Amino acid sequence: MTALLKVEKITKKFGDFYANNKISFDVKTSEVLAILGENGAGKTTLMNILFGHYTPDTGNVYFEGNAIEFGNTSYAIKLGIGMVHQHFTLAENLTVLENIIIGRQSIFSLSLPKRHARTKILELSKKFGLAIDPDELVANLSVSEKQRIEILKTLFLDCKLLILDEPTAALTPQETDALFSTIRNMVKAGLSVILISHKLNEILAVSDRIIVLRNGSSVGETDTNSANREEIAEMIVGKKIDYPQKTKISRKSMILSLLDISYNKTDAPNLSAINLNLYGGQILGIAGVAGNGQTTLAKILSGHLKATRGKIIFEGAGNVLVSPKTFMDLGVAYIPEDRNSDGIVGDMEIWENAIMTEMDDRFFRNSLGIINRKASFDRSKELCETYDVRMQSIRQRSRLLSGGNVQKLLLGRWLMRKPKIIIACQPTRGLDEGAIASIQKLLLAAQRNGSAIVLISEDLDELLSMSDDIAVMYKGSLSNSIKTSTTDKLSIGLQMAGEGF
Amino acid sequence: MIEFIEIIFTAGFWAATIRIACPLILATIGEVLCERAGVLNLGIEGIMSIGAMVGWMTVYLGADLYTGILAALVIGGIFGLLHAVFTVYLGASQHVTGIGITMLASSLGFFCFKLILPASTTPPKIKPFQPIDIPFLSELPFLGPAFFQHTPFTYLAILVVVFAFWLMNSTPLGLSIKMAGENPMALEAQGIDVFLVRTIAVVLGSALMAVGGAYLTLSAFDAFYFGMINGRGWIAIALVIFASWKPERALIGALLFAGLDAYQVRAQQLAGAIIPYQFFLMLPFLLSIVAMVIAAKRTRYPKALLIPFRRGERH
Repeated sequence: MTALLKVEKITKKFGDFYANNKISFDVKTSEVLAILGENGAGKTTLMNILFGHYTPDTGNVYFEGNAIEFGNTSYAIKLGIGMVHQHFTLAENLTVLENIIIGRQSIFSLSLPKRHARTKILELSKKFGLAIDPDELVANLSVSEKQRIEILKTLFLDCKLLILDEPTAALTPQETDALFSTIRNMVKAGLSVILISHKLNEILAVSDRIIVLRNGSSVGETDTNSANREEIAEMIVGKKIDYPQKTKISRKSMILSLLDISYNKTDAPNLSAINLNLYGGQILGIAGVAGNGQTTLAKILSGHLKATRGKIIFEGAGNVLVSPKTFMDLGVAYIPEDRNSDGIVGDMEIWENAIMTEMDDRFFRNSLGIINRKASFDRSKELCETYDVRMQSIRQRSRLLSGGNVQKLLLGRWLMRKPKIIIACQPTRGLDEGAIASIQKLLLAAQRNGSAIVLISEDLDELLSMSDDIAVMYKGSLSNSIKTSTTDKLSIGLQMAGEGF
Repeated sequence: MIEFIEIIFTAGFWAATIRIACPLILATIGEVLCERAGVLNLGIEGIMSIGAMVGWMTVYLGADLYTGILAALVIGGIFGLLHAVFTVYLGASQHVTGIGITMLASSLGFFCFKLILPASTTPPKIKPFQPIDIPFLSELPFLGPAFFQHTPFTYLAILVVVFAFWLMNSTPLGLSIKMAGENPMALEAQGIDVFLVRTIAVVLGSALMAVGGAYLTLSAFDAFYFGMINGRGWIAIALVIFASWKPERALIGALLFAGLDAYQVRAQQLAGAIIPYQFFLMLPFLLSIVAMVIAAKRTRYPKALLIPFRRGERH
């Protein structure tokens, strides 16, 4: 096999920070190369260099033996490099066909060869098993359909090397399998694929070779056949990972029950007649593709939205629940999905964020409302030590913390209050393996202390390993929860796609 | 009462509607082009004003009327380029830049006017475009005087609608403009220069705005004076929303507004003694607001409108 792409000693600095440091690798014809690494390891920067969004400081890239010109996406496309970005690059106001053909002619050309393009798109879609209606408006399509268009776009440009950046982030397990079979079809047809991901299981299932990046440098390379899951995970993090162990906890009394909760307003995905019981010491996992109402449910459970119908009963008594504050006082902790915009105030200092929820407590302020700095600093230091929030100083702006540390700060802030219920929305999304393990350990420890946890996640592996019971959300309805031990990935995946609703 | 209804059955009313609509059509389509590419152009009022001045002055200084239109086109393009440099390439605030251009262009236009003609107290006049009778059609009863006895500039304005419709729906440039205003990253990922597309759209759109201004001095009237645009640019901004950013609907919106305006002038004369004329002056604006509220409910903004594009930045 010959090398289609050869990358030599690519270095890219942003200020003093090395995003890529002397990275070299090659991609052979008809090969799936996986690039693994934590967030911030330099994967996306590297791909942006290959595809011409960035110019590297030093280094060369050869495609089919020719040195490529940097900082020019149209040149990369002309050579035959296609890229599917993590965030789709589609215009929703245009049709599938229009999204695909744009860029094929000069913008000064006077006609659009739509008929010819339609024939070619239909041929490609048949050849690679990517079903699509060329005249549908992109706004009406689902996530996996949009991804199909992205792939078709690159195939339409006769690409030889396809770069997929986190392609499975928003797909159900079945859709992921369909994507992988498309990838295999492409490789069979002589294309090469670079797959960027942090989901190890998927990488092991579909790739031929693996490269691991850490802190901007390439730290390992292995054939997938001879690879070992734990070894690669350690290579990614750079140290041994202490995986969380779930222990059997006996269920305590019922803390919360929802009766017929519905939501029908236009500002959030709707819910219809949701019933749910939650017990102390229970982790209830809620699976579902994003946008099916999980976030609405979490916001209702934490008081950020008011259900249009139905009842929430805390510990047997129907309380008057008017604001997030009432919920907090009842012992509800809420880990929002978007931790940076809804969880912390990035431009405030760590200690300020750490005591933000405690402003009612006279221990932290006097009767005039002036903050007791000493008490606050002590509390913040204690929090950071207890929950291993790594920072230079509590006077540092919270924005500068990594995702994992922000999440530990947030979770720690709640755990200090000894919550009865924790509503955790996507608590490990976008975190790297090491941080995922720490967050999961904290949640399991809270469970041992008797807290009930609602774990909303799109990561099925996480749900299966963490929860005692699992329910699935689909278009605003919640399935009955079943014991985790009696179900598996496949049947949950089918439910996520709407089966049984 | 019957007289109020009879107004709309006079050829004069329809002819006036089209006359009033023309500058609005040109300006609205110009703004549609800019906004479709993601750039709000609040320079419109000033660009129309300087277009009116430059078109008129070119003719006053001896050139023919078509050269006047061309001159307005060029000056509009230049101010469009200025707007594009600030908002597209430098990523400056589109609101602030646009207002700045309006102030600069309208004042500069009048300043130059005074510089060239310092002594004039009553505005000097040119011989503007004359109505031409379209053979056969102009002889039709009612329809003839209403629609087929206009100046060539008027027919040109209608042709611009056809041109814009074709541009937006059947050319790669039109497609690129629509994409630049929705998701510029998508355009960039297909290897098209977003900055270039946005700049072309703003320059072309601004040129049309200036021509819309020139319609006032070269076809509707025969003189230039300060403040003669009189808010038509701002009306065009509103019409863009009414039109859901579509050229063909811009034509309808402009005609609707112009029709109300033509109607109120005639209604004033009938009822001037009973109802204060200010009420009629207000009418087109009031009804426009109502129409806007109804139309805007279903409308969908270009998603990247007002958002500067920066290469390689994640969103």
